[in-house]
Amino acid sequence: MGKLRLRQIPDQLKVIELIIQKRGPESGPLTQGSAYARARAEARRARATSPPPRDSRAHRRSLLPRSPAPRPRPSLEGLPEARTDAAMSELVPEPRPKPAVPMKPVSINSNLLGYIGIDTIIEQMRKKTMKTGFDFNIMVVGQSGLGKSTLVNTLFKSQVSRKASSWNREEKIPKTVEIKAIGHVIEEGGVKMKLTVIDTPGFGDQINNENCWEPIEKYINEQYEKFLKEEVNIARKKRIPDTRVHCCLYFISPTGHSLRPLDLEFMKHLSKVVNIIPVIAKADTMTLEEKSEFKQRVRKELEVNGIEFYPQKEFDEDLEDKTENDKIRESMPFAVVGSDKEYQVNGKRVLGRKTPWGIIEVENLNHCEFALLRDFVIRTHLQDLKEVTHNIHYETYRAKRLNDNGGLPPGEGLLGTVLPPVPATPCPTAE
Amino acid sequence: MQQDKEYVGFAALPNQLHRKSVKKGFDFTLMVAGESGLGKSTLINSLFLTNLYEDRQLPEASARLTRTLTIERRGVEIEEGGIKVKLTVVDTPGFGDSVDCSDCWLPVVRFIEEQFEQYLRDESGLNRKNIQDSRVHCCLYFISPFGRGLRPLDVAFLRAVHEKVNIIPVIGKADALMPKETQALKQKIRDQLKEEEINIYQFPDCDSDEDEDFKRQDAEMKESIPFAVIGSCEVVRDGGTRPVRGRRYSWGTVEVENPHHCDFLNLRRMLVQTHLQDLKEVTHDLLYEGYRASCLQSLARPGARDRTSRSKLSRQSATEIPLPMLPLAETEKLIREKDEELRRMQEMLEKMQAQMQQSQTQGEQSDTL
Repeated sequence: MGKLRLRQIPDQLKVIELIIQKRGPESGPLTQGSAYARARAEARRARATSPPPRDSRAHRRSLLPRSPAPRPRPSLEGLPEARTDAAMSELVPEPRPKPAVPMKPVSINSNLLGYIGIDTIIEQMRKKTMKTGFDFNIMVVGQSGLGKSTLVNTLFKSQVSRKASSWNREEKIPKTVEIKAIGHVIEEGGVKMKLTVIDTPGFGDQINNENCWEPIEKYINEQYEKFLKEEVNIARKKRIPDTRVHCCLYFISPTGHSLRPLDLEFMKHLSKVVNIIPVIAKADTMTLEEKSEFKQRVRKELEVNGIEFYPQKEFDEDLEDKTENDKIRESMPFAVVGSDKEYQVNGKRVLGRKTPWGIIEVENLNHCEFALLRDFVIRTHLQDLKEVTHNIHYETYRAKRLNDNGGLPPGEGLLGTVLPPVPATPCPTAE
Repeated sequence: MQQDKEYVGFAALPNQLHRKSVKKGFDFTLMVAGESGLGKSTLINSLFLTNLYEDRQLPEASARLTRTLTIERRGVEIEEGGIKVKLTVVDTPGFGDSVDCSDCWLPVVRFIEEQFEQYLRDESGLNRKNIQDSRVHCCLYFISPFGRGLRPLDVAFLRAVHEKVNIIPVIGKADALMPKETQALKQKIRDQLKEEEINIYQFPDCDSDEDEDFKRQDAEMKESIPFAVIGSCEVVRDGGTRPVRGRRYSWGTVEVENPHHCDFLNLRRMLVQTHLQDLKEVTHDLLYEGYRASCLQSLARPGARDRTSRSKLSRQSATEIPLPMLPLAETEKLIREKDEELRRMQEMLEKMQAQMQQSQTQGEQSDTL
């Protein structure tokens, strides 16, 4: 019935490293997309001209201050060039820092005299990643009863989220939004993933839901803060545990009309802080026409209100990225149906929902778009989600914190002063 | 001959009543309430086979941010088999929409009470020939199939109106649920209604002399409250079989009038075919009388109005103004004005008398001095 294909992630990682090394910093924006086939082609080309590989730990060593632009898109932190003179030019506050000395490696004739073995780097890095494993933190937000836990369980094919319907019947809807993070380790093909599902019961369930997104925003910023503190430590851990929220699935109720005001408010406040992927929950109540009309209306409303969901248009760096992501953006938000029960259809056991008028198959693209969502989040963009979180959202937070603290990392300051509190992201409210 | 002697003929009374009421026609006011997007308008159109909501404009989310609840009335005249029904559907767009829905049910409560007040005034008025009955006879409250029972907003709304209108709870868009889920949800809602002591409309028990079949049907219908409904006005042809009203999905077609698919038929039968008159009667005999009693009580003791309003009217909305303050009909107003004048003149007379007496005694005193 299909695998999660976590195995592809180490490959995605290695390939991106290769591309960076091949292209160098002055070629401007880097490829951040992770289309596997394209990356592979690049890697083949890169093999001919790549300089010797660097230690992946170079990721963490860069201590140069970033430019204070609101959305800096600096070169990937793992740049070996950080140690060279070229990188000193980054101190000049420019939106796109260009090194003074061009670093483009000299193009070697692709006819090598013999086999060196540089391409084994992929295998080495893959082995390393498989040993260490990696983290992925996914948050689910939406009114109670929209099938959040079921969908997460279906996505990862395991009981990673305890369904609220299996709770004790006396448990009532919490009065304020609670944040519950549950971690699981799932393994596939030798690749270990530490998956953390962050649930937000109580969101949107009260009569007065004013500011019910604040606990969520606070939690996300707290994770950034935790990571920042670890980063500026003098004695740092070899591998900083990453609890930052990489992806936030927002569940839209399938009313068929439009977004609810609460949906708008939430996404307005949080789309600049975390990657939001809106999904239309329980989509089995809409016919095909209703689905496409609703999706169009939702997309238009998001556009009109300036809300960018993942994959954000502003981070498409090249044409290939853009075309691929455009296609995805056109079909978002995905209309999904989740299920943890299996039924017999045409001799196969499929996950689905059985009603008197038919069986809805979760993985059938004619019925719902669950397969698209799964492929998108897990099989193609898992690594990209993490990278955008690390390079964009986390960097924005970090820059703000450093600015607030006068350019110094948090924890250092005038003796005895109190640190500024973890800030909430300001958000322009619609008039 | 013998037949004529024993046969008086009042057995024909029901026919006379029937003919009279058919001539008069019926009017019925139905309110639909619930969050937007639960299929309320579609269900009304399906129930009465009309297109009441043709000209409706649905606002966008950003417009709904600041929208307050409005009450909309749509009227339609339906005729079937020579019987005319003037149906008024009261809609509550904006309910449950905003981020902060506190007290968003107050306009609805106020509306229901206003209809009672209007009827009370008409009833107490001089010309009672053509009283228009605009009281809300029934409220179909839509519960979301996506939640896990009643939400806090549902409970708050129902508690505010259950003593003022007949409530029939309905689960909208029931094609989101599998049969087991529907049963579980219905049970949960029933338990919650009992726990929160919300009085929904009780379908009356059928008479003991009805046949077993009817009794069984009746019991089944009562068991299926709240009704899980699906609405549709589109006719779909399901693979060669006869055309049915339903919704076509890629995995099958839901039929609105199939009792295995949803409770639409039950709802229609109970609402329109068997209990329309009973709903009106309960509204008049129970709910309206309750309202009237509490209103008149506060009217009868204007001095103790504050005390009564706190105890008796405390269940009703805080913004409710007791009847005496409202403008009355013209003739009554005149009578009251005249009464006031008389009272004022009487007071003046008394004052003048008192003054005269005082001056008399003063004069006597000065005389003696």
